[in-house]
Amino acid sequence: MQEEIIKNIILGEEEDYLINVGPQHPSTHGVLRFEVSLQGETIKKVVPHCGYIHRGIEKMCERDTYPQIIHLTDRMDYLSAHMNNEAVCLCVEKAMEVEVPERVTHVRTMLDELTRIASHQLWWCAMGMDMGALTTFFYGLRDREHILDIFEESFGTRLIQSVNTPGGLMQDIHPGFQKRVKEFISYFRKKLPEYDQLLTDNVIFRERSEGIAPLSREDAIQYGVTGPSGRASGFSCDVRKSEPYGIYKKLNFKEILRTEGDTLARYKVRIGEMYESMNILEQLVDNIPEGDYTAKMKAVLRLPVGEFFQRVETSRGELGVYIVSDGNKTPYRVKFRAPNFSNLFVISKLAPGYKIADLIAISGSLDLVIPDIDR
Amino acid sequence: MGIKIKSMQYEDFKDNETLELLNKSGGNVLLSTIDDIVNWGRSNSIWPLTFATSCCGIEMMAAGAPRHDFARFGVEVYRASPRQADVIVVAGTIVHKMSPVLKRLYDQMADPKYVIAMGACAISGGPFYYNSYSVVRGVDQIIPVDVFIPGCPPRPEALLYGLLQLQRKIKGERNLSGAKKPDLHSEEKTT
Repeated sequence: MQEEIIKNIILGEEEDYLINVGPQHPSTHGVLRFEVSLQGETIKKVVPHCGYIHRGIEKMCERDTYPQIIHLTDRMDYLSAHMNNEAVCLCVEKAMEVEVPERVTHVRTMLDELTRIASHQLWWCAMGMDMGALTTFFYGLRDREHILDIFEESFGTRLIQSVNTPGGLMQDIHPGFQKRVKEFISYFRKKLPEYDQLLTDNVIFRERSEGIAPLSREDAIQYGVTGPSGRASGFSCDVRKSEPYGIYKKLNFKEILRTEGDTLARYKVRIGEMYESMNILEQLVDNIPEGDYTAKMKAVLRLPVGEFFQRVETSRGELGVYIVSDGNKTPYRVKFRAPNFSNLFVISKLAPGYKIADLIAISGSLDLVIPDIDR
Repeated sequence: MGIKIKSMQYEDFKDNETLELLNKSGGNVLLSTIDDIVNWGRSNSIWPLTFATSCCGIEMMAAGAPRHDFARFGVEVYRASPRQADVIVVAGTIVHKMSPVLKRLYDQMADPKYVIAMGACAISGGPFYYNSYSVVRGVDQIIPVDVFIPGCPPRPEALLYGLLQLQRKIKGERNLSGAKKPDLHSEEKTT
């Protein structure tokens, strides 16, 4: 009798077999911990634990002035650092009713799209690596360096630019910016089909992603899954379309939507977005308007009393910035609606029923950045 | 004289006095030759642990990518398990909830083990030094650090320079011959 119980426990039939994935695990892309209950090799339950990189950014914002807050938002979702900056800047500009020069909105939109491509390239590297294809790492980062060169030439930094400031940009773009962007587009137009050849049509990749963990449109809306992960389920949630900011109103671009909602669909939406971002860049690169790179701002910024909200589309979803001001030079309360936070918790809905190896592919396809979850 | 690293000239290092004192401890000819051979082997294959908490991890990935390619310097491959790693590059902020995990990872590594603190957060808390209630002000409060690399985040070239400094430090070690500690504060200069 006792032997039988022990046998059952070993086979995982009597009790849940609990394993920890993380906090130090290469496929969690940071310090996230999954508590996974298994039955055999099948997942019964996934509980994500976060807080391993909680730095208290929202609380720190209450003691900082508005231009200082921007440098903290960089460190949240560092792969879409520029969009995070822009969200705070747009919110402050909206509150102060500042009109920014046309050149600023134009350049900001270009930097948005460049950041989006760079972020999706890195996601593609990491997704391939999670599934055992190491070559993707070299291909993706090879092309990503070209974008970082553009940033470096204009602003002196590679990953985190911190170039936005309420009212405009800290410094003007480099005279060679236009030429560099054009060179990059013609280079990457040739290289992007390689991505498809290498990974998208790979048989092993297909087997591991097609039909795995489909997310229905209703669930995507209920869980608040935005960005490419939400759009793969047919949830039209692109802020660039629904509530255009910057120069997106005047642009002609498609919102990539798919209906399958599985891991492959989430993959394909991001690949499609890279093509679409290049289309946007092509529309913008030739007609950068002349003018100032910043509006005239006061030395000390004070927001009027009230509540202000602004949302932007980062490369992972919808980022909302909510500022409550009591008229001082520091905000009373700042809240960030981080896209990764809601994208993460849908995993406890998606993963059960699939194998433990699929968990890695699912979390890879959700494209999580952990400091954005914990803030 | 100095410690020879093929890929970097002796003159290129900024500080050429402190570390070389380690080499000056004298000792048995045979044993110090064995030491040199062991150190040569160790310093030319330091494998890092895949440990990245935030932004610096992306630059660490970029350092392993084709443009910068630190496999040239013997940092051949990232190891996912601490048991197989030689160096832990602490890339990113460490908060109080994470610090026991980092300590355990360090304890699980096999000797000889080294620590590189990469970026402002790992050195001192960086941008989160003031006003944050949850950030550890520097990983040297938890584990001993060999090389500090400043920057927020440091460029991949900075990481390469830090790794070369670590190689130099390993080459100055004395394992078998003479545990005589060098007097770093003496007036005597190296030749």
